[in-house]
Amino acid sequence: MDTQNCFHCGLDIIKEEEIIFDNKNFCCNGCKTVYEIFSVNDMTCYYDFEKSPGATPLDIKGKYEFLDNENIIAKLLDFQETTTAIVSLSIPHIHCSSCIWILENLQRLQQGISSSQVNFPEKKVRITYNPEQVSLSEIVYLLSSIGYEPYISLENYETGKKSVDRSLTYKLGVAFFCFGNIMLLSFPEYFEVTEYWLDTYRPFFRWLIFALSLPSFFYSASSYYVSAYKGIRSKILNIDIPIALGIVVMFVRSTVDIVFDYGSGFFDSLTGLIFFMLLGKMFQIKTYSFLSFERDFKSYFPIAITRINPDNSEESVPVYDIVKGNRLLIRNQELIPVDGILISNSASVDYSFVTGEAVPITKNSGDKIFAGGKQIGKVIEMEVLQSTSQSYLTQLWSNDIFQKNVTQRHKNITDTISHYFTPILLLIAFLSFGYWIFIDTITAFNVFTSILIVACPCALALTAPFTMGNILRILGKKKFYLKNALVIEQLAKVDTIVFDKTGTITTNKKSSISYKGAPLWGDELVAIKNIVRASNHPLSRMLYDFLPDMSKVVIADFEEINGQGIQGSYKDRKFQIGSAVFVGKNEEQGVLQTAVHIAIDGKYYGKYIFNNQYRDGLESLFKGLKQSYQIKVLSGDNDGERKALETFLPQGTELIFNQNPEQKLEFIKNLQDQGKNVMMVGDGLNDAGALAQSNIGISISENVNVFSPACDAILEANEFDQLHYFLRLSKKAMTTIKMSFVLSLLYNVVGLSFAITGNLKPLVAAIIMPLSTITIVSFVTIMSNYYSRKLKKE
Amino acid sequence: MSVIYLLITISIFVAIGFFVAFIVAVKSGQYDDDYTPSVRMLFDDEIKKTPQKQIQTTEKKQI
Repeated sequence: MDTQNCFHCGLDIIKEEEIIFDNKNFCCNGCKTVYEIFSVNDMTCYYDFEKSPGATPLDIKGKYEFLDNENIIAKLLDFQETTTAIVSLSIPHIHCSSCIWILENLQRLQQGISSSQVNFPEKKVRITYNPEQVSLSEIVYLLSSIGYEPYISLENYETGKKSVDRSLTYKLGVAFFCFGNIMLLSFPEYFEVTEYWLDTYRPFFRWLIFALSLPSFFYSASSYYVSAYKGIRSKILNIDIPIALGIVVMFVRSTVDIVFDYGSGFFDSLTGLIFFMLLGKMFQIKTYSFLSFERDFKSYFPIAITRINPDNSEESVPVYDIVKGNRLLIRNQELIPVDGILISNSASVDYSFVTGEAVPITKNSGDKIFAGGKQIGKVIEMEVLQSTSQSYLTQLWSNDIFQKNVTQRHKNITDTISHYFTPILLLIAFLSFGYWIFIDTITAFNVFTSILIVACPCALALTAPFTMGNILRILGKKKFYLKNALVIEQLAKVDTIVFDKTGTITTNKKSSISYKGAPLWGDELVAIKNIVRASNHPLSRMLYDFLPDMSKVVIADFEEINGQGIQGSYKDRKFQIGSAVFVGKNEEQGVLQTAVHIAIDGKYYGKYIFNNQYRDGLESLFKGLKQSYQIKVLSGDNDGERKALETFLPQGTELIFNQNPEQKLEFIKNLQDQGKNVMMVGDGLNDAGALAQSNIGISISENVNVFSPACDAILEANEFDQLHYFLRLSKKAMTTIKMSFVLSLLYNVVGLSFAITGNLKPLVAAIIMPLSTITIVSFVTIMSNYYSRKLKKE
Repeated sequence: MSVIYLLITISIFVAIGFFVAFIVAVKSGQYDDDYTPSVRMLFDDEIKKTPQKQIQTTEKKQI
C-alpha cells in the first residue's frame, strides 16, 4: 500500500507527517487528538459504524468568545432555566451514522450535558445541559475539538424558534379516518340487498356515515374553500373553485338524500375525494430540510466580533452594536462583518462567498476592505467605516426585490386549464338542468348536482401535484434541489439563461496554471514543490497540486510571511515564492492576473500564472443550450477573459463585464421588461439580487450544506453539466401533465354521460372516483420516470 | 339484533382511540425526523458490547 488513509478522517497521509498512535495511522495531530479523546472515554466504536468518519478539528481559539456573553446566549437557547438549558446547534459535518452515535453520546465526554439528540435530515443536534456545570462555549469547544464545529451565524441570533406547520398532516389524518370508516359502513349499501335487518338498520348506518363525514367536510377540506373564496375575490378561476363547488354540492345533495330517504348519498366518494387530494398535496411537498433557500447575508455573518476598546482591552460584541470608528480584531478564518480600513500591515482576504473567486486578495495597511470577506492567516486589526446594515454588500438587501413577498407571480398550469374548465362545466350543468326541468323537476335537480359531483376535477387537480412531486424527487436524487414544485413549471418556461462567470462557469476548486519566465530545472522544482507543501495558503496548495510528483526533501529556514509569500533554503540556495513585491520585482501595471513569483538567491526567475478553470463539460453544455435558449454571461471582473471565453462559447453569446451586484439585478430586470423568462445561474452573495429578481434563480454550490444565497433551486457544482438535462426534463414534465389532463377529461366525459342521463348511482361514483385517481397517479409516475431515463440516454 | 349498535359503537370508539394516538404522535414531533431514529435504534446493542467490538476493529484496521 502506497498511500495510506488517515484512520480518523480518511484523507491521504503525507509520509513525513504521519503520526502513529495506538497502531493506527493519522494524518495530523488534530485527528490523533480526536482519536485520543474517544479512546480515553472508551468510545472508539465511533469508528465501527462507518470507515474514517471524522473531520480534522480546526484551530478555533477565540472564535467563540462571544458565547460567554449572556445576552447572546439567551438568544441562541431554545429553553433556559437555572439548572436546565436546551440549545439546537447546526453542524454541517453530520453525514453518517457514526456522527449520530458520537453526538448522542456527548454526555460521556462532558459532565453537565444530560442528553443530546441528533436530527439527521436537518443536520442539527439538540443538547440539554446544566448551565451551572458547563457553559455553552465549553460545549461548542468540545464539539469543535472532536471535529464537529457548529455553525452559528447571525441568522440564529435573529430568528426565534420556528414553529412547525403540521396542519396538513392533521388534515390528512382526519380525512383518512373518515374515509376509511365511511367506506366500511357503506358496504351494505353497495349490494342493495333487500333483507329485513338491513332495512331496519339502514337509517342508523346512514346517520353514522353523515356524522363521520362532518370532520372531513368542515376541517380537512377547509383549505379548498379558503382558496376558492380567494380565487373568486381576485377574479381568478382557479382549480379550487370547481373542487369546492363539487364538495359542497356533494355534501348538500347527500344530506338531502338521507334526510328524505332518497338514497345513501355520496359520502364515501366525498371523503375519498378529499383524502386523495390532500394526499396529492402532501406528495408535492418535498422539503430538503438541511438546505435553506431563504439565506441572506445574515446566515453568513458571525454573531459577534472582537472589539478593541480605547484602553486596549478586547471585548466580544454583537455585530449590530458595532459603530463607525470602532477598532475590530479579525482572526484567521473569521468573516469581516463591516466595511472598514485595514490597520495591520497586510491581510489576505478571501472573497469567495461574495464573488466566487477562491484566490485571496492581498490588502495592505490603509486599504479599504469590504464586508463579506474572510481573513486568511494571522490576526488583523481594522477600523470600521460603516455599520453592518450600511455596508456595501448588505445594502443590496434593502432593494425592493427582497422586501416583496413574492408568493406566486404566475398562474400555474392547473389554473390555466381551470380557466376554461370551470365555465364549460357550469354551462353543461345549467343546460342539462334546463332540459330536464321540463320533463321532471326532481330529476332536473338530481342531474344538476350529479354533474357538479362527477365533474369535480379531482383527477385534474391531482395530475400536477403527483407529476411535480415525482420530478422533484428525481431531480433531488440527481443533486438538483428545488425549493418547491412550482419551480418546475418555471424551468419549463425559461427562454433566456444568464450565467455568472466567476465561481459559476469557472470552478474555484481548480485553477489552470502556466509558467512564464526563465526555465526551472530538477532541483529547483523539487525545492519549490517542497516549500509550497509546507504552506496552507490556497495558492500554495494549488501550486502544490499542479507541480508533478517529486521526492520529498527537507527544507531549511522555512518561513511564511503573511500576505507576502514563503521562503526556504535547499542545498544552500535560497528560494523565495510569493507576490511580486516579495521577490523584489515591481508590480506590473494593468495586468490583473493572479500570479506567484519565483526568485532564487535574490535573482528573479519567473511566475506561475493562475488562470480561471472552466467547469468540465461547459462547452458541450453551452452548445446544447444555445439551440433553444439565449445565453448571456455576466461577470463582475474586467474583460481580461473575454478572448478566452469567446473561443469556446457558441457564437452570439452575450458577454457583459464589470457588473456590480446592483447592475446584475438591473440587467435581469431589463430582460424581463422585454418579455423574457430569465433563469439566472449564480453562486456568490453578489449574485443574490439577480437571483431574486430572475424568474428562476439557481445557485451553484460546492458544498450545499453551508453556502448558497437565497434562490429557487440549488445545484451541486459537480452536476453543473447536467443543467440542460434538467431543463429538458422539466419540459417533459409539462408534457406529461398535459397528456394526463386529456386522460382525466376523458374520465369526466364518461362520468358526465352518466350524470346527464340521470343515471349516476352512488356506486358508480364510488367506482369512477378512485379508479380515475389511480390511473392518473400511475400514468404520471410511469411517464415521468420513463422520460427521466430516456433523456439520460440521449 | 341490537347487539349491532353496541358493536359498531365499540368499533368506532376503538377507531377514535387510534386516531387520537396518531394526533398525539404527530404533535410530539415523531414524524418530523424520519431518518435518525432508524439509525439510533441500532446503537443500543453496540454500546453494551463495546469491549468486544473494540478488539474486532483493531484487527480489521490493521490489515
